[in-house]
Amino acid sequence: MSLSINKTAESHPLTWCLREDEQPVWLDEYRRKEGYVGVEKALAMHPDEVVSLVKDAGLRGRGGAGFPTGLKWSLMPKDESMNIRYMICNADEMEPGTYKDRLLMEQMPHLLVEGMIIAAHAIKAYRGYIFLRGEYVEAAENLRKAIEEAKLAGLLGKDILGSGKDFELFVHTGAGRYICGEETALINSLEGRRANPRSKPPFPAVSGAWGKPTCVNNVESICNVPSILNRGVDWYKGLTTNGSSDCGTKLMGFSGRVNNPGLWELPMGTTAREILENYAGGMQEGLDLKTWQPGGAGTDFLLPEHLDLPMDFEHIQKAGSRLGTALAMAVDHKINMVSLVRNLEEFFARESCGWCTPCRDGLPWSVKILRAIEHGEGQPGDIETLEQLCRSLAPGHTFCAHAPGAVEPLQSAIKYFRKEFEAGISGQANNLREIRGIQPNQQ
Amino acid sequence: MATIHVDGKEYEVDGADNLLQACLSLGLDVPYFCWHPALGSVGACRQCAVKQYKDADDTRGRLVMSCMAPASDGAYISIEDEEAKAFRENVVEWLMSNHPHDCPVCEEGGNCHLQDMTVMTGHNSRRYRFAKRTHENQELGPFVSHEMNRCIACYRCTRYYKDYADGTDFGVYGANNNVYFGRPESGTLESEFAGNLVEVCPTGVFTDKTHTERYNRKWDMQFAPSICQQCSVGCNISPGERYGEVRRIENRYNGDVNHYFLCDRGRFGYGYTNLETRPKQPFTYQGEEQVTLNTEQAVQSASDIIKGSTRVIGIGSPRASLESNFALRKLVGADNFFTGIEAGEQQRLERMLQVLKTSGVYTPTLREIEKYDAVIILGEDITQTAARVALSVRQAVKGKAREMAAVQSVAEWQIAAIQNIGQHAKYPIFTTHTDRTRLDDVTAWHYSAPAADQARLGFAIAHAIDSSAPAVADLNDELQKKADFIASALKQSRKPLIISGSQAGEITLIDAAANIAKALKSQGVDEVGLTLVAREVNSMGLAMLGGKSLDEALSAISDGADTAIVLENDLYQRMSAQRVDQALDQLKHLIVVDHQYSATSKKAELVLSAGSFAEADGTVVNLEGRAQRFFQVYDPSYYKPGTLVFAAWRWLYLVNSAKNAHSSDAGTLDQLIAALASEMPQLAGIVGAAPNADFRIHGQKMARSPHRYSGRTAMRANISVHEPRQPQDQDSPFAFSMEGNNNPKADRNEVAFAWAPGWNSPQAWNKFQDEVGGHLRNGDPGVRLIETSNQGEYFAEIPASFVATEGQWQVAANYRLFGSDELSQRSAVIQERAGQQTVTIHPADAKTLGVNEHAMVSFAWGGQQWQLPLSFSDHISVGTIGLPLGTNGLPASLAGQMIDNLQEGHA
Repeated sequence: MSLSINKTAESHPLTWCLREDEQPVWLDEYRRKEGYVGVEKALAMHPDEVVSLVKDAGLRGRGGAGFPTGLKWSLMPKDESMNIRYMICNADEMEPGTYKDRLLMEQMPHLLVEGMIIAAHAIKAYRGYIFLRGEYVEAAENLRKAIEEAKLAGLLGKDILGSGKDFELFVHTGAGRYICGEETALINSLEGRRANPRSKPPFPAVSGAWGKPTCVNNVESICNVPSILNRGVDWYKGLTTNGSSDCGTKLMGFSGRVNNPGLWELPMGTTAREILENYAGGMQEGLDLKTWQPGGAGTDFLLPEHLDLPMDFEHIQKAGSRLGTALAMAVDHKINMVSLVRNLEEFFARESCGWCTPCRDGLPWSVKILRAIEHGEGQPGDIETLEQLCRSLAPGHTFCAHAPGAVEPLQSAIKYFRKEFEAGISGQANNLREIRGIQPNQQ
Repeated sequence: MATIHVDGKEYEVDGADNLLQACLSLGLDVPYFCWHPALGSVGACRQCAVKQYKDADDTRGRLVMSCMAPASDGAYISIEDEEAKAFRENVVEWLMSNHPHDCPVCEEGGNCHLQDMTVMTGHNSRRYRFAKRTHENQELGPFVSHEMNRCIACYRCTRYYKDYADGTDFGVYGANNNVYFGRPESGTLESEFAGNLVEVCPTGVFTDKTHTERYNRKWDMQFAPSICQQCSVGCNISPGERYGEVRRIENRYNGDVNHYFLCDRGRFGYGYTNLETRPKQPFTYQGEEQVTLNTEQAVQSASDIIKGSTRVIGIGSPRASLESNFALRKLVGADNFFTGIEAGEQQRLERMLQVLKTSGVYTPTLREIEKYDAVIILGEDITQTAARVALSVRQAVKGKAREMAAVQSVAEWQIAAIQNIGQHAKYPIFTTHTDRTRLDDVTAWHYSAPAADQARLGFAIAHAIDSSAPAVADLNDELQKKADFIASALKQSRKPLIISGSQAGEITLIDAAANIAKALKSQGVDEVGLTLVAREVNSMGLAMLGGKSLDEALSAISDGADTAIVLENDLYQRMSAQRVDQALDQLKHLIVVDHQYSATSKKAELVLSAGSFAEADGTVVNLEGRAQRFFQVYDPSYYKPGTLVFAAWRWLYLVNSAKNAHSSDAGTLDQLIAALASEMPQLAGIVGAAPNADFRIHGQKMARSPHRYSGRTAMRANISVHEPRQPQDQDSPFAFSMEGNNNPKADRNEVAFAWAPGWNSPQAWNKFQDEVGGHLRNGDPGVRLIETSNQGEYFAEIPASFVATEGQWQVAANYRLFGSDELSQRSAVIQERAGQQTVTIHPADAKTLGVNEHAMVSFAWGGQQWQLPLSFSDHISVGTIGLPLGTNGLPASLAGQMIDNLQEGHA
């Protein structure tokens, strides 16, 4: 975290009250820094008004897909008789290279708790779960402590702040599967079932956890909510820069061999170049930027020429990738794309839940081909097979978005760096006996 | 109805279906794996992808999984679209990337959905060149083999075993392409319905272990439409034979009865028909020496015995066909015909028939049971006594989830969504038994008590529903509260189902069940169902045919009958050895017609070698009063000349011809059925149970074998290199051999084996159905004989509550699915599965007796002694003893009797 920036509640709603010593902000301090004002305002409003407000603010989901948060809330059933509802926070932050929710939960646990209370009020949930990545031990500890503090302060439990609203909140730590970040797999896991995604429809808003209406939002999305309540729609929309159509601020970062890898709260629309050069300090000595992923392992590679694009959902998508989590990764010129992609695909193949065929059996095939190419043992036709895999693991062809995300880096790597793949093709399709791990089943 | 457009053609389909169901029902081929008509859609395998367009003008379209897309009105899809075809080919390629391609040594080969679908998609060359993932296999018990390397991870097995059959010892483990389907560790599959995995699995992961040792391809077998003989449910089966042996039993689809599933007793219990000990020729004795006879000698000998006797009685059997029982009745005369059922059971069967006829309450088909929304089961552990009914009841219970999902407009095929919405919600099911039952995991409340007390609860429920039903005096408050609670649950339901039966050995349980049904009906609950479970395959048929009980037969012997003809019946299974011995020893002549060499056969002077269900035709009546025909599968004499095995009715007909007309007229099945129908109007309907021997399709008989049947000219070469003419079947419309019609589109409902072009696996049934998972296109086989009319009064004979007597134990009937059935218990795999049976008492009784659990205890009854290990149950009442009747020679008539000499060790 660069501390050289002058942060205020108006400009940095997510991070302005972080402490310099990087210790968690506990209840008293949090309350001194405008904490729980959003809750007070929200509880005074009708739930539908809260939903409209968040909708109007233009907050889009920060988990990667960018689905409008207010809209998601408004999909909860209008039928009041469906009165058992769950508010779930997706805190299973497992995207390789992504570490934004961790910061918020470790150092600002009350911000998430406050956001959860407001969200629960909006969707009329009486119980909430924070589904937390198991390895986030410190976050679990801090969240649990924050929840205890909030309970004692009458901010959780029965009749919150005398409003008549009840809400209880639990931290549930995951057992370590990437797919639990998919909201329906998360729900299955929470219920104690295998973490396979569910088919939609019905969507969780209608039938989610234990078959009841459920809303699942990312940590950062929920953390945006208190200040929207506190400062209003116009302020929130005005945070944006470079004419971005998205609203608010976003935790953005750069990893890879840059001088100052890190994470910063920046207005939506900040260019990638600004983040890379001004915040991350540019590439390390002697290294050139070869390519970059804008928002996680499951996003398409972009080229240096794309660096001047504003980081927001629309612009990045137009360039052929996705904003994703907005935690970019820089790839320097010394890195071989085949090895890089092979590493990514190994991860995605391993993390497939095993439910649908294309993902379960297609991704491992891509890994095996990539390994062969990496060893210079690729065969003519391998690149075409990879391309076909990329096409056939497209959205809608698979059960969930795992495989389509998994092939995004592969397809863009082939698109931009085909020569590196071709270099691994030996052109000796008949000499299979000498190739490690390959069965001589073609003559 | 909805109109959908498939590849430019317009079709009318059921709009409640998904596109895959709609296409398959139209006869269009769309490949699939994870979908199954009985298991619904989950969208896992991605094999059924088709192109869907927004409207007629959309040319781009997008791929959808047809199993997950509703067949909504105005849908435009293409199966033939190039992208869809390429994607489907890709899916098979992915599935095959870890498949071992071991078809030549795989038992599924030729009967394999994976083969069929691979051919259908056109995938024919392998690009995947890397090492394949392998698994270790498990030992799953005597019925099912496990070869995980063949798995394509369609998830059907776990969805069937866990979600459909409610099994708990099987599941999916691991993740990514290392998912593993099996038990937590090796061990016998606990579910009574595990055998269906063999057909549910689209490839060779789960195969029929009983077939393994004597394996042959499906196309090399001879089949016939048959009826399972192992209980009163009457599931339709398709037995396959080669070299004169039944080699496996496959499910035969009947949309009214068992549809896709059988129980393991029915599927694997056929070994008795292959036993070496079976009489294959008639024989008699000269002194101590057994002498085999030819047909003429045997018939003449029987005829001579009869002519020389003063009174000949015939003892029939509930495990023999109507035709055989009728032929016996013809031979000895109606006055001398006895059913072979002991008096108590006979009385209960007659009462059941009376109830079915006069209660005015509908008896649902097995399939219809799945749609009831409240169930009460009095006295029967139906998983043990009519297992397939229990599987249907399990589906009924899940109706609650379907109802909850329907409220949210979730379609019936969206099974995953239904399960998520329903979670553990169940329709209520109440059970009573002397001990726990295998339905405990789904029951809302279970009552363990002696049979009389169960009946009292039943009467109390009926009274609580309708106060004009007889009340039960002195019912304790707690039980009264339960009765009121159950009464209100049943009254509030839309379709309550009452199940009881004969096997608890307590007639008042049947009365109580009838009263509950009647009371509900009187309170305006119109769709009440009543299912009464009988013991054997033709128990209901025999009740309808009529005749006096076995007890009366034995009395007739004491009164001077000097000759008895026993038909397919081991009397020692029914009554005490003492009584049977006493009677048989008084006889001058005993003739036994049976396909098993039973304890009764051993006493016979003349044994006529009858055919089992695999070698004979006949008609049986199931518990709902449905008459169903089973057809001869093969002619054993073709393989072993000299074998003289005929249907029992044919033997009896021959003897009758010889006796009366000195002729050798063997009769035909149709003649016999015609005579039966004219003499027994209550059974006249059986003529329509199946087509007669004159039935032809385009002038052809129907084939018993697939047209690829091979080895015919060689299989008898050890006897003669000249292939004889194939046996001729005078009795049925089927031809022995592959010569004949087997067109799935032909107008027929008797299907020997499921096969259609391109469909070799059991999934071929969808080519015979009016819509997938529906009924057979030309109607499901069989005919219901009983129409109920509303004439009955409430039953008012309420038994007194059971009172324990010190030093005495009332026998509670603990029938066992594996071991209690007289025939299947002779099969080695059933014995293995059954394991050691135990007697059960309450721990308090054990304390009094001073015996420990697992100790050997002994007791004597009716001149026989038993020694069995002891097990405890907190549920069985003090003063009662649970005995596994039917096993270990424990006769059925023990139910309700008193044992007064139970002790540790030897008696």
